[in-house]
Amino acid sequence: MKRFSWFNATSLTLGFAFLYLPMVILVIYSFNESKLVTVWAGFSTKWYGELLRNEEFLDAAWVTLKVAVFSSTLATILGTMAASVLVRSGRFMGRTLFSGMIYAPLVMPEVITGLSLLLLFIGIGLDRGVFTIVLAHTTFSMCYVSVVVSSRLTSFDRSLEEAALDLGCSPFEVFRLVTLPIIAPAVISGWLLAFTLSLDDLVIASFTTGPSATTLPIKIFSAVRLGVSPEINALSTIMISIVTVGVITASLITKRAAVAQQRDEQAAARAT
Amino acid sequence: MNLRRFILIGVPYLWLLALFLVPFLIVLKIALSDIALARPPYMPQLDLSAGWEGIRSFFAALDFENFAFLTTDDLYWKAYLSSLEIAVVSTVITLLVGYPMAYGMARAATEWRPTLLMLVILPFWTSFLIRVYAWMGILSGEGVLNQFLIWTGLISEPLTILNTNLAVYIGIVYTYLPFMILPIYAALEKMDDSLLEAAEDLGCSRTKAFWLVTIPLSKSGIIAGCFLVFIPAIGEFVIPSLLGGSGTLMIGKVLWEEFFSNRDWPVASAVAIILLLILIIPIILFQRNEQKQREAGG
Repeated sequence: MKRFSWFNATSLTLGFAFLYLPMVILVIYSFNESKLVTVWAGFSTKWYGELLRNEEFLDAAWVTLKVAVFSSTLATILGTMAASVLVRSGRFMGRTLFSGMIYAPLVMPEVITGLSLLLLFIGIGLDRGVFTIVLAHTTFSMCYVSVVVSSRLTSFDRSLEEAALDLGCSPFEVFRLVTLPIIAPAVISGWLLAFTLSLDDLVIASFTTGPSATTLPIKIFSAVRLGVSPEINALSTIMISIVTVGVITASLITKRAAVAQQRDEQAAARAT
Repeated sequence: MNLRRFILIGVPYLWLLALFLVPFLIVLKIALSDIALARPPYMPQLDLSAGWEGIRSFFAALDFENFAFLTTDDLYWKAYLSSLEIAVVSTVITLLVGYPMAYGMARAATEWRPTLLMLVILPFWTSFLIRVYAWMGILSGEGVLNQFLIWTGLISEPLTILNTNLAVYIGIVYTYLPFMILPIYAALEKMDDSLLEAAEDLGCSRTKAFWLVTIPLSKSGIIAGCFLVFIPAIGEFVIPSLLGGSGTLMIGKVLWEEFFSNRDWPVASAVAIILLLILIIPIILFQRNEQKQREAGG
């Protein structure tokens, strides 16, 4: 018996207002006619136009997208490998060091990760740009991927793989036909997490980039350091809408999949 | 089969060695080096062509001078202490804001919970930078908050909030709130309600049952949430540099300025090493808590 009191209702209302009002205000002010972001001067979409004509922002958005796609894909592959090593490879030399290196980047302050990678890139004389940001992002996001995937692997029934092997599958076919479909939801959410972390990162990208590559967060940061700007409000609104639509779609898809699975299981239970 | 295993372990292992451990050792090495007017701007360089003699003179030239320097200039002490203070205070505020929300979520009707959960997670997927930036327009002198307060007649002069520590607290609480809510909610949701009924049958008032049953049973969630806020808050850079003022000292910001503005790589590295040393204790405590949770869970 749950008792949902007025206190619960108030704290949820106030809490969600606190979480969402700042973003709502940001969105409202992105449609403000006035250059002065604090004075309301009528509805206008002119800042969106300005933004789309601003080549620097478009270039930065393109660089960010490239970095995010490459680094999250690499991170997903490496992170999935690392997860299967952590969960299944048993003992091997340097296992403690390995798991330490998986968990340490999760709690390492960004400024330290960024600084240390920059010092490495300078030390080996690597030209800094898109490539070095991809390396840096892959390194910290593979750790997140491996945590997500290993939690799925732990609850995995290995007899399914053994059955496939007995029935004549090669180890690679077992991975492709049995393992991958089962861990797919975790791999996909790992990729999404890595993608978002990369899109979002300011500190590590600032350390590891060179003059040739500016990502969107670096661009936004240098613009807002001087104060609030209506163009950045417009850009933020676009980013917030993309994320909102994405998250809601993803949750609807998973919900539908869960319902379908439940129906199948019920049907299977009736058939037996 | 053995080759497969070798590749599976070897590839991620080498990647992490090369891009996590080696860079970290470089930071340690530079922290022990001296600043020099050269490129790269520190001394000594490891000169392997000189053989054993070169390696020996390299190690002989390393010293703790930069760490000694950090103790002489009180800027660094103050920055470490004020980072700790800001992180502790904002963790406590986040707990006070987050607990009632997690509690409300756990008591809401079952069909509402997935939606509420999604509403908590959604901001986490939105850009961190944008969420911090949103507060700049709200807290500034002629910002939305001041306009509102003047309109209601509560104040006649705009309050200075942006560029103070208060703005930094607001920023940290706002951005890390989901990290506090999720583990507490997870703990509260598992709780068996009959325990509360039993407590009330045995004569506890509702408030007393809350303090004696609910709070202790959600302890692990509270601990996990506090560490998830405290650990990243200490090294925070974006929030103090956008919302804080010139008087806001936080170690992440000091490191950034030492590196990019003063170009003093050895001191920046030494600052990084000490920041890590400060973080080790909370990280170990956090790991312990998680371990205990896993063992208790099965």
